[in-house]
This record gives sequence, structure tokens and C-alpha cells, in this order.
Amino acid sequence: MIGGVAWETLGELTLRHLYLAGVPLLLGLLVSLPLGWLAARSRWLQTPVVAGTSLLYTIPSLALFIMLPLILGTRILDDANVLVAMTLYTVALLTRTVADGFGSVPGHVRQAATAMGYGELRRVVSVDLPLAVPVITAGLRVAAVSNVSIVSIAALIGVSQLGMLFTDGFNRNAMGPIVVGVLACVVLAVTLDAAIAGLSKVLTPWLRSGAGA
Amino acid sequence: MIGQTFQWLLDPANWTGQGGILAQSLAHLRYSFLALLAAAAVAVPIGLWVGHTGRLRWLAVNLTGAFRAIPSLGVLFIAVLLLLPRLRGEWAYEAPALIVLVLLAIPPILSGTYAGVQATDPAARDAARGMGMTGAQVLRQVEVPGALPLIMSGLRSAMLQIIGTATIAAIVGLGGLGRFLIDGQASRDYAMMAGGSIAVAALALLVDQVLALVQRAAVSPGLRHASAG
Repeated sequence: MIGGVAWETLGELTLRHLYLAGVPLLLGLLVSLPLGWLAARSRWLQTPVVAGTSLLYTIPSLALFIMLPLILGTRILDDANVLVAMTLYTVALLTRTVADGFGSVPGHVRQAATAMGYGELRRVVSVDLPLAVPVITAGLRVAAVSNVSIVSIAALIGVSQLGMLFTDGFNRNAMGPIVVGVLACVVLAVTLDAAIAGLSKVLTPWLRSGAGA
Repeated sequence: MIGQTFQWLLDPANWTGQGGILAQSLAHLRYSFLALLAAAAVAVPIGLWVGHTGRLRWLAVNLTGAFRAIPSLGVLFIAVLLLLPRLRGEWAYEAPALIVLVLLAIPPILSGTYAGVQATDPAARDAARGMGMTGAQVLRQVEVPGALPLIMSGLRSAMLQIIGTATIAAIVGLGGLGRFLIDGQASRDYAMMAGGSIAVAALALLVDQVLALVQRAAVSPGLRHASAG
């Protein structure tokens, strides 16, 4: 027991929280990569794509959780609503960063790759994308931290995760579970953040050589 | 479900009167702008000072990131449990929620202001000093105008945060459009929940677009030219 919460419950809720915040992170990345690439590639697509996706971020999360059943035909308690909402928020945050990331690839590097006989797709995957990794993962870290915080609001519509400790503690007038829930959310966010930062380092060994540059 | 939601939204009885969509929208706007003003009154001067002097820079850089990790719903409940027994009168329920709205809005404004001042062209700052301007003059005539676009974008993200948190603050008794979401759930009235959600999303979009226009107007014509080139 910690703060009136059983360790087992805490573990279960944390795993649920990780699932609801983490899966959308991957899905959102998969959607933002082509969108951001399109935005970086063509000037006239940039404004509508970037502005359109960041518009999603203005919708308050509780409202989005409740509206999605209208569009998806799901029931209000379904995980799908939260997963889709968090994916949309991830796309909203990431598309601009992915576009910035692709935009940060120096033109001469791209020309060199083309001159070496790289086709468009092969160049994007094996030259542009690796070079854009530091910028993209920076955006991914912001999205991860913000997802963890937003998911907890789904407790208000009854979707179980760490946020349930908030509503549970509040209903019983008990501070313990709320504080435990807040701390668990922060620890989860910091852990995800550190994991993505670590992954970024592994994916960009050339940045570690330090004096080589 | 869609049909019932639109029926709810189109029913004039839900728009007018006390507790109607119009009254709750106004209440939502009032709380939000009040919180934004209070947060800006704290965050803008600190951000200007940090940007101008370069002191406490680590604070401004780390604050937004750290605050983003803190779940607003949890903070809201903690504030209510802590403050409610100590407060009396009609503000007892609103005060804790308003305090949380202000607290959560400070980091984005502070870091936007700081980043804006920092991003001022060093050549412009040196030229101003070379012309004999004092530190305060440099701040007022060079750094603040240069920082305005980023200050405004800080205010915009703070406002989105506030509108969203004000929505969930209905659970602790705050008025505003969040009432339809929370009351609708309590009475198992999905049309009311969904209709209120659409209203709050529309309000957030509208406010953000208005602030975007202000942001565009805030950029000095000289800087607009420079950034276009």
C-alpha cells in the first residue's frame, strides 16, 4: 500500500496509462511522417497541412473524448475514443516538427544522395529521415509528456488509468490517492521522455563523436 | 446519436436563459480571460526580466517542460481539497479552480516571453546600446517589440490550456460550458454532453483564431519583412 493505494492497483493503472498514452504516440508518428514530409516538400501544402493539424490541438481533451463516439460510432467507455483522441493530439504536435526535421536536412546532402543514384523514396528513408531524427524525437518527447498528462482526464468519462486515482480520491475526500496518481503520472512522463531521448542517441551515433565535427 | 446531439444544439431553449449555452459561453470566456490576465501579469514581467538579464535562464527553459508533465485534473482536485475547507462564501468553489487555471497558464507565457526576448537580433540590441539607449530603453523599444510574436504565441497556448482546464473544472463546480459535459454525464444525457463538447470546441477554436489575428497584428512591419526574406 502507498497513500491508500494497493501496489497491484497502481501497477495495473500505470500499465493501462502507458498503453493509452504510448500506442497513440506510435500511431501518431506513423501518420505524421508522411504528412510532415509532404509539408516540407511542397510549399503550397505546408500551410494547410501544418495549420490544419495544429487546429486539432485547440479542441479541449474532454470535449474530444466525448465527441469521438459521434464520429466513430463507438460507445463512450471504449478505449478507442481515448486512443484516437491521443493519436490526433500526437499528430497535431508532431506534423510541424516532422516538417521542420525534413526541412533541416541540408540541400547539398540531398543533392549528393541524388547524384549517387538514390531514388526519391530510398533517399527519404535512408538519408533524410535519419538526419531528421533529432528534431523529430524532440517533438516526440513533447508529445509523450503531454499525452501522459492528457490521458488522465479520461477518468472523468470512466476510462480506467492513473486518472482514476484522482476521481477516486476526490470522491472519498482522500488526498493520498490523488498525490500518488500525480506522482505516478510525472514518473511515467519522465520515464517515457528519457526513453525517447535514449532512443534518439542510439539512432544518431554520428552526433556522439563530439570533436569529430 | 448524431441526430439527437444536433437536435439538442438546435433547440433554442438550450441556448437562452440562465445556464443556457450563451450564458455558459460568456462565463467560460470570463473565467478564461480573467485567468489569462492574471497569469500574464505574473509571467510577462518575469519573462522579460529573465530574457533581458539572462539570469535564472534554466528556470524559464525547464519550467514549461516540467509543467507539461503535471496532470491538470490531479492538481485541480488537490487544490480543491486543500483550499475548500479554508474558504467561505460564493467564491469558495470557484477560487481553487481559478488558482489552478492561473498556475497552469504561467509557464507557457513565461517561456514564450523569455524566448522572444532571447530571439531578438543581437545586432539590433548592440545597435540600440551603441546609440546610447539605457537598459530599460533597449527592453522597451527593441526587445519587447521583437518579442511580441513569441509572447503572443505563449499567450495563445496558455489560453488553450486555460479553456481546456476550465472545461474539466466543471467537475469541481466551476460554471462554463464544461457544465454540459459533466451534468450531461451525471444525468446520462449523451446529447447534452456531445452538444456541450461541440460548443466548447467551437469556443476554443474561435478564441484561438482571434488571438492568432492579434498575433499577426503584433508583429512590427519591419520584422514581418525581415522574417519573410
